[in-house]
Amino acid sequence: MSRAAMRVLLIEDDREAASYLVKALDEAGHTVDHAADGEAGTHFAETGGYDVLVVDRMLPKRDGLAIVEDLRRRHDHTPVLILSALGQVDDRVKGLRAGGDDYLTKPYAFSELLARIEALARRNRPGDVDTVYRVGELTLDRLSHVVTRGGAEIVLQPREFRLLEYMMRHAGQVVTRTMLLENVWDYHFDPQTNVIDVHVSRLRSKIDKGFDKPLLHTIRGAGYMIRDGA
Amino acid sequence: MTGRDTHEAAFGTLGWFGRLVRTTAFKLALVNLVSYSALTLFLIAYISNNTATLLDRQLEATIGSEINSLAEQYRRGGLRQLVSSVELRSRRPSASLYLVADYSGNTIVGNVADLPLAVLNLPDGQPTQVTYQRLDGDVSREFRAVVRVFAMPGGFRLLVGRDIAERQEFEAVVAEAFQVALVVMVVLAFLTWFLIGRTVLKRVESVAETARRIMSGDLGQRLDVTGSGDEFDNLAVSLNRMLERIEALMNGLKEVSDNIAHDLKTPLTRLRNRMETTLREARDDADWRDAVASSIGEADELIHTFDALLRIARVEAGSSGDSFDDLDVREVLADVGELYEPVVEDAGGRLVQAGDGPLPIRGNRALIAQALTNLLDNAIKYGLPEEPGEGSPPVRLEGRVADGEVRVTVADAGPGIPEADRERVLQRFVRLEASRTRPGSGLGLSLVAAVARIHGGRIELGDAAPGLAVTLVLPRRPEAERTGGDGDHGGRDD
Repeated sequence: MSRAAMRVLLIEDDREAASYLVKALDEAGHTVDHAADGEAGTHFAETGGYDVLVVDRMLPKRDGLAIVEDLRRRHDHTPVLILSALGQVDDRVKGLRAGGDDYLTKPYAFSELLARIEALARRNRPGDVDTVYRVGELTLDRLSHVVTRGGAEIVLQPREFRLLEYMMRHAGQVVTRTMLLENVWDYHFDPQTNVIDVHVSRLRSKIDKGFDKPLLHTIRGAGYMIRDGA
Repeated sequence: MTGRDTHEAAFGTLGWFGRLVRTTAFKLALVNLVSYSALTLFLIAYISNNTATLLDRQLEATIGSEINSLAEQYRRGGLRQLVSSVELRSRRPSASLYLVADYSGNTIVGNVADLPLAVLNLPDGQPTQVTYQRLDGDVSREFRAVVRVFAMPGGFRLLVGRDIAERQEFEAVVAEAFQVALVVMVVLAFLTWFLIGRTVLKRVESVAETARRIMSGDLGQRLDVTGSGDEFDNLAVSLNRMLERIEALMNGLKEVSDNIAHDLKTPLTRLRNRMETTLREARDDADWRDAVASSIGEADELIHTFDALLRIARVEAGSSGDSFDDLDVREVLADVGELYEPVVEDAGGRLVQAGDGPLPIRGNRALIAQALTNLLDNAIKYGLPEEPGEGSPPVRLEGRVADGEVRVTVADAGPGIPEADRERVLQRFVRLEASRTRPGSGLGLSLVAAVARIHGGRIELGDAAPGLAVTLVLPRRPEAERTGGDGDHGGRDD
């Protein structure tokens, strides 16, 4: 997997959860700094140089949202993932209004967290302004809405287009089912039936069928990834 | 001693009377008393003043005409005729005063005994009030009269007056009326204060007493409604509604904790036992991996159930914080339909969307969407055959407006739910298969019911012949009537 190593700041007061995350992120090839309370977190964040911040909402000494608001006031646009046990829509809205870029509800799977922070780090890079996404011989033109593979046009339904667009924007990164449900369908709950799988497999049959090299991969236990190469 | 203490001390010993003094009724009665007294005072003063002026004018007119007529006598027959005329009139019993005096003020004729001399020197034609004594009456008594003097040649003067006893009597009557009115008002004010104060106090006390009982844990208590339809009744009805809601919420909360205790403890115990067994018996890496993987699966299931429970509780509490907007359920149906169409197809069925026109409601898009996905999840899980056979059974997703209600139906062609069980499945954790082999927490319909309730609607379970038809009935947004009839033309609301 082609992952760029990131510098991550984790602000989390639960010691066990924090050490678990530090270890797991470290194993995923990222460098992690950990702050155990709001004040230390603010101090760390001010020094800058992080690719992503992972901030717990309820922290001793200083609220997580206050840290993010502070950051944004200083025009620091480092991507922030807010972690919280509060997961209702209004909680999310509050978190995102405070300046968070993404919101993950506890308890969560590490694969979900990793996928989300990698997607966030990517967002901060200048490459995102491209109007045409390319993965191998697959291209997606965001302006003309034309998708081609090997020169042949692939006709997609509007929702399939948005699904592919989201995945190609995060090419080379794991995209979870929840991320797709939230970003492509704007639903913030978990349907019992795995609806996303069905949509992805339909998309896959359109872009991969008849070609030797599959581009859309299922990552076991995590989600999906679109990438060139095995 | 603070002002309040003094207040307490002053009224404390008086018991309920003390409390009565502090009531709003007392203050109202006092304000009423003061304002009505002022009004009465003004009215009486106004009337008596005007009446007095009128009487004065009448008096003066009478005197004036008598003087004129006597002056006429004098002109015609000189002093002699005047004197005889005055003499004649003085004898008649009346309230009139007559006097003819010579230049030195000596009485020639008349019925006035004693009169201040200065009066006779008054300028001609000026009516004046004087005190006098009557010749024919009790000499010691003093009377009051209005008089006018008419000067004649030779220093003779004619005085004509009229007693004002009647006027004084009238004034006395008015003054008395005012006093009586004042007394009556004070008594009435006291009475109102006392009666209102006591009723108000009684009702307030009953409210306070009920509140005390509720606080001590008896949530079933309700305030008395007398049926009089007054403000107290309205208040009591509103408060009772609030109490009902609180009781329902408390019961819901209790139910959730019971359910958590009951339904989450079992899988937790299972999880724990499995881990313990693994710890004891696992021989190799593969065993460990299997055990951990299944534990993660179990934990995920637990989290899912827990989330669903919390969501239902929050929706029922109406504190989900999710705001209500004007929305067209038709669009939600289209969205959800789009999401589920391939899923239904993959499960061996086909999704049929029916109905057209807008379905305007006031509600929360996310909650409605979730309710619909829950219903579709159920339709796929229970309404489609496990082994796809011939044909693809339909899952109908239909939205229409009927009787001012928006009715969204999800119907499958499965085995349905027997009539007797339909009420039961709306409760939390109720699943019709006792074995619980099929996936699901038994919370799906509970959430749908909660979503319906928070939108002021309900959920109806019916027979789709064959299959189950679950209908989410929501109140139609009334102001949408103006923009589109029963929805055969556009009018999209976002």
